[in-house]
Amino acid sequence: MKNWFKRTNLLWLALIVSTYVILNVLISTGIINNVYQTVLLTIGINIILAISLNLIIGITGQFSLGHAGFMIIGAYSCGVVLKLVAGGTIGVLLGMLIGMAISAAVALVVAIPTLRLRGDYLAIATLGFGEIIRIVVLNMEVTNGAAGLILPKAVSWHMVYWAMVICTLVIVNFGISAHGRACISVREDEIAAEAMGINTTQYKILAFVIGAMIASVAGALYAGAFYVIKPEMFTYSKSIDILVLVVFGGMGSITGSFISTVLVSLLNTALQQFSSVRMIVYGLALVVIMVFRPSGLLGRKEFSFDALLKKFDKKKGAAS
Amino acid sequence: MSVLKVSGLTKNFGGLSAVSNVNMEIEQGELIGLIGPNGAGKTTLFNLLTGVYDPSEGTIELNVDGKMTSIGGKKPYVISRLGVSRTFQNIRLFKELTVLDNVRIAMHQSVKTGVIASILRLPCYYKEEEEIKKRAMDLLKTVNLDEHAMDLAKNLPYGKQRRLEIARALATDPKILFLDEPAAGMNPQETAELTQLIHDIKDRFHLTIILIEHDMSLVMSICERIYVLDYGRLIARGNPEQIKTNKRVIEAYLGEDA
Ligand SMILES: Nc1ncnc2c1ncn2[C@@H]1O[C@H](COP(=O)(O)OP(=O)(O)OP(=O)(O)O)[C@@H](O)[C@H]1O
Ligand SMILES: [Mg+2]
Repeated sequence: MKNWFKRTNLLWLALIVSTYVILNVLISTGIINNVYQTVLLTIGINIILAISLNLIIGITGQFSLGHAGFMIIGAYSCGVVLKLVAGGTIGVLLGMLIGMAISAAVALVVAIPTLRLRGDYLAIATLGFGEIIRIVVLNMEVTNGAAGLILPKAVSWHMVYWAMVICTLVIVNFGISAHGRACISVREDEIAAEAMGINTTQYKILAFVIGAMIASVAGALYAGAFYVIKPEMFTYSKSIDILVLVVFGGMGSITGSFISTVLVSLLNTALQQFSSVRMIVYGLALVVIMVFRPSGLLGRKEFSFDALLKKFDKKKGAAS
Repeated sequence: MSVLKVSGLTKNFGGLSAVSNVNMEIEQGELIGLIGPNGAGKTTLFNLLTGVYDPSEGTIELNVDGKMTSIGGKKPYVISRLGVSRTFQNIRLFKELTVLDNVRIAMHQSVKTGVIASILRLPCYYKEEEEIKKRAMDLLKTVNLDEHAMDLAKNLPYGKQRRLEIARALATDPKILFLDEPAAGMNPQETAELTQLIHDIKDRFHLTIILIEHDMSLVMSICERIYVLDYGRLIARGNPEQIKTNKRVIEAYLGEDA
């Protein structure tokens, strides 16, 4: 237990809680108004999507363009439960669990044949898979086809915040464990990884399944937060939006995904009033970043209190 | 008692027989040299023995807990877990990762903490991580790289990268170690240190070592027995003295020079 309460872990806890408190104060005093609360929800959900894709692409090195497919599974699982079984938080949590279970099963079925493919082939296969899921949803009775589902509001930003925190902890803790190192070795050099006793196929599948389950959590939150879900919201262009967040922040950097998601969401909001030029400016911003920082804002670096403390201690040592 | 037995091993690439009808039997604790001109099939033979390629014909048997077990065509990670490890001719480190991580990754097969326990960071996770780190640092000390633990592998000079590959291979806890041109690109002093290192690890970890090398003085000085490949075929085997005076070996090497 004492390991849990190391200095850096306590600092992280302080950061998580204080961010929560500050946001709460800003909302209750009306500084963050309704419009910005929606932005906050979007940021939280998109962070979950970005980091879960980052686990697959950045950490394990498997290119996937089907992430919206797992989001749609979560969204509709939650939507159907909210409509037919139970409302409120209970309904969302139940829908989330069902969504995660279905996503895990589907991811397993998709992963086993496709993860043998490499690079471009894998991208195309996962792209096709995402579209298949969407078409299935489009043609099902219980999902109400193209018209989609109109849902009661069942997800508050508190829930999104804590879900985001939990998902991040899951991915970060996985990433720094021996299992995460195995995933990273797959990204770095598959042949060497296999020669060192790592079952690379197993780790590709594991990362894919965990990423899929977490993406479906984001989908469930989306369904409960935004009143309406329709299949057309989850096309491959949604997958690409998520991919952009990952690439922009730095493939393999969870901190980068956070920063890029916040920046892109704020940029999008700021440009909302200029809808005609919005996509152009947005596109240009991305091009500029990719030209000047081809490996994304942070590359593979992560923010760490450990490193920060070391710097701080050094300064103190030098001063005295 | 033999640890490795190869019979009639053949690998065809299209029309080319890179390895053809090779027979070998290797005893526990031997230090074997594998030599031959460029393109003779030495690396291909290693790739067959470590599961990178499936044999076209023939069998490979490994002594697993006293029983000779066929490993031909098994996946590399399975063979690695049975106690076979290797280095690569064209160094295949995890270049963007730290020296320490390169070694820690290779310890993966001994990891007992499950995925969920790792995510929850249960006490067993912290305990095992500490052990892994300690063992990795010990191995790095063995190859004299402990000071570079936090450097990126790609930033090491060439000779040290080769030593790191050896440390990484040892981290899998092997019984048999294949070294593919471990001295390539090393200066004479580095080669001398490497020779010492190979002796040390062989005794300390009770290894059977098979090494490919073009540096004949190294091969002749440390190998107890030598196999010679030419155009995929074994043309000679024996102790260094026998190999030095073997007519077919001399022809193979001279033929290459001419
Ligand atoms: N994957 C492959 N596909 C086709 N041909 C191959 C392949 N791998 C090796 N070869 C061929 O097999 C032959 C043996 O190659 P190998 O790399 O085993 O030689 P080597 O003895 O290790 O040589 P060197 O001393 O140069 O490393 C060569 O002619 C090579 O071109
Ligand atoms: Mg070779």
